[in-house]
Amino acid sequence: MSILNKVIRSVVQVMPDQAPDELIASNRYLGRSINRLNGPDKVTGKATFTADYPVANLAHAALAYSTIAKGRITSIDTKAAEALPGVILVLTHENAPEMKVPKEFGDGSSNDAGTTQAKILNTDHVSWNGQPIALVVAETPEQAEAAAARIHATYEKEDCVTSFEAAIGDAKQPKAIMGEDPEVTRGDVEQALSQSAARIDLTFTTPPHNHNAIEPHACIAQWDGKDDLTLYDTSQFTAGVATTIAQVFGLKADHVRVVAPYVGGGFGGKGGAWPYIQLCALAARETGRPVRLAMTREGVFRIVGGRTPSQQRVAISADDAGKFLGFVHEGVTAQSTHNHFPEQFSFPPRHLYSMEAYRIGQKVTDLSRVANTFMRAPGESIGTFAVESGIDALAYELKMCPVALRMRNEPDADPVSGSPFSSRHMRKAYEMGVERFGWKSRPAEPRSQRDGDWWIGQGVATGTYPVYRMVTAARVRISADGTAVAQTSCQEMGMGTETVQTQHLAERLGLPMSKVRFEYGDSTLPYAGVAGGSSQTVSVALAVQEAGAKVLKELLALAQKDERSPLREANFEDVVAKDEGIFWRVSGGGESYAAILSRAGKDFVEADHKTGAPMELLKYSMHSYAAQFCEVRVHALSGEVRVQRWVGSFDTGRILNPKMAVSQFRGGIIMGIGMALTEETMFDDRTGRIMNPSLAEYHVPVQADIPDIEVVYTNEPDPHTPLGAHGIGEIGITGVAAAVANAVYHATGKRVTSLPITLDKLM
Amino acid sequence: MPLHTFQLQINGDTRTLSNLDPRVSLLDAIRDHCGLTGAKKGCNQGACGACTVLVDGERINSCLTLALQYEGRDIRTIEGLAEADGSLHPLQKAFVEHDGFQCGFCTPGQICSAVGMLAEYKAGAPSAVTDGEVGELAGAELQERMSGNLCRCGAYVGIREAILEAAAQ
Repeated sequence: MSILNKVIRSVVQVMPDQAPDELIASNRYLGRSINRLNGPDKVTGKATFTADYPVANLAHAALAYSTIAKGRITSIDTKAAEALPGVILVLTHENAPEMKVPKEFGDGSSNDAGTTQAKILNTDHVSWNGQPIALVVAETPEQAEAAAARIHATYEKEDCVTSFEAAIGDAKQPKAIMGEDPEVTRGDVEQALSQSAARIDLTFTTPPHNHNAIEPHACIAQWDGKDDLTLYDTSQFTAGVATTIAQVFGLKADHVRVVAPYVGGGFGGKGGAWPYIQLCALAARETGRPVRLAMTREGVFRIVGGRTPSQQRVAISADDAGKFLGFVHEGVTAQSTHNHFPEQFSFPPRHLYSMEAYRIGQKVTDLSRVANTFMRAPGESIGTFAVESGIDALAYELKMCPVALRMRNEPDADPVSGSPFSSRHMRKAYEMGVERFGWKSRPAEPRSQRDGDWWIGQGVATGTYPVYRMVTAARVRISADGTAVAQTSCQEMGMGTETVQTQHLAERLGLPMSKVRFEYGDSTLPYAGVAGGSSQTVSVALAVQEAGAKVLKELLALAQKDERSPLREANFEDVVAKDEGIFWRVSGGGESYAAILSRAGKDFVEADHKTGAPMELLKYSMHSYAAQFCEVRVHALSGEVRVQRWVGSFDTGRILNPKMAVSQFRGGIIMGIGMALTEETMFDDRTGRIMNPSLAEYHVPVQADIPDIEVVYTNEPDPHTPLGAHGIGEIGITGVAAAVANAVYHATGKRVTSLPITLDKLM
Repeated sequence: MPLHTFQLQINGDTRTLSNLDPRVSLLDAIRDHCGLTGAKKGCNQGACGACTVLVDGERINSCLTLALQYEGRDIRTIEGLAEADGSLHPLQKAFVEHDGFQCGFCTPGQICSAVGMLAEYKAGAPSAVTDGEVGELAGAELQERMSGNLCRCGAYVGIREAILEAAAQ
């Protein structure tokens, strides 16, 4: 941690807390299972996704990709492509106009959203296997794809490292991991490991994964003159894409508009401005036509990175009562030679358990492969697999219940920073999960339950994910017709953004939901950050709350100037927004927004507001928690694993819409089941090329893989967050792979330490 | 490559496709040439089911077939499921009520697939998990029959609750 950070942290400790949000228990709309507002559009085909936009005179682009990992293009033959009917333009490094390399995605606090430092089309140098080497524009998608397939390149290869296993020995410690220290230590951990009643020391590996949102990345670019660009893009960061593409083409950021009202899933894969966007914009500029570049599924694998592979060591020792004495969690992830993202797998144990002595840290190595990026719960998903498998193994060494072992080491304050927890109800989450799952009837002995040819087992693991809040701007307007609208540039990829923010705005202003509207998904609206880090709901809520307060103050000022108003003598502290207007908190008298505005002769009052930095995160240790329980069966002959029961118990602050929240939790658990059993992006270690770039060969869970999933939650509001809520998009996947691995151990007596848990590992 | 002009019957309407490249898939014809963008392209190789439409009442992956082959057939897309007055098909209603989607991208395919699947089931067609007589829909039968439609948001539980509710009507 930098000295500046330490100084800020120590100052923040003595700053007073914000009062808890006054809507923390309000439940006119908040806390209710309201159906998704965009549901009718989604079930009728009316929801317009990027590739659906009808644009006149549209041309179509397609890409050709390199087939080596590193080297130089010695020749590129475009003649066959150019000769095909309908082909308008072929661009390669030989004729592509110069584009600037944009700034890389940072820690989420800037608008930069570049994904690679490699030049795209402006160099004969190849940095990864799958890098775009040619851009074709044609009258139809069929013509463009056919032409791209006829581009032929020859290369001069250079030596490079494409195998993660081979690169592990050269891993280095980065300066920081997401602004945190790359390694934290306390006490003599080796001594603590050697002198103990029980210890485990295991090495885990996790493979690369790809997001595989069912909507492939797509862009439509349309220029208005040389300086104004509109992009329809499958983006979970409209402001970041606008800034990045402005950097690429030397435009002012507000001359690039990015529109993305419906996004077909993201999971982190649509957070960066991946190279297809600038290539689509380039195609449109050079042809003078609007251009659509709808990526193929294979193309997404080639140029949009996924989750890093990892190797992690977990060594834990305990006394005979189960108290953790020594705790080591260390290992390596990969990034590429042309990007920087050391995935934070070592974060979970920094906040989960009391430990006498610890060494928790990580290194990173650079590969000549497609850039890695964040994917649902980066760090916590793979980190909890290793840590929570290790704790399970220790429980068997100690002959203790794995739930009891975790509760034995439940800390009173953050074990590394020492900060108080803002809201932590882990014990309650476990109690609820134990009860719902029927955990107490589970036999302690592994390999002790059999049903025909199947071994049966039950497993448990802890999940965790941080609370983040991003600086966000919003505009709120209340109009004389009694309606209100809130606007930010934030994104909806299916989390329920529009619905929950509409619930919030109506509750906040005392209006019915039918009279409020939430507008989003457009970079020209007030700034919102990336839809990532499970931060969007609370970040936007605070901006809307504070912008709304400005509007209310202005409305009250109008009323105070008016002799006829019952609010003439009221101060802002005396009033509350309810019943479609402003009313005295105590006596109850007041008047509607419509009355105030019409008497003042105004059509509307509006205000913009940008929230402050999240200082509460420096004062408190702020996290969400989960207790994941599952039952598996493992075929005695084939080793096939089937998950047949799941209970997820969550402690994630106040739940704002139970129906949509349960969907989010289940979605995370399902992606975790994929991670546990089937998902792996298979790189050819010799060439750095992805060998399963399709949904036929990269196996995401299907309907038949998923059992009933019960979800329970503590619903304990966090007094230090907007609405008392935490983001819940990522917590669901955490702990899942460990719970499955632990259940497989309980069923079979075999500890599988490498994901995915395929049949061969159990034969 | 010779271009072709022909007609498709989609949701009861006759659509004339003029000078169409014979490589155009049924999916692209429906989306790009008829302006019905409900059916989606998720993989373009029959692995995800987002492009599912109904042809003469049977569900097909429209990305895996050429538009030219479907002249004279009765094609129905998600846009053609609701009643003429706009009231939703029971499956559409049930998907909303049971939150059978998040992002909504796979949803038109899921719903068209469910329409076709229920017809297959009611006709007594066996599935890969059928052992002798076709068993009850809830459980393995439904899950097997809907496994050609991927949902990466993971709405599978809501999807099957929605289908079971609509099937019971």
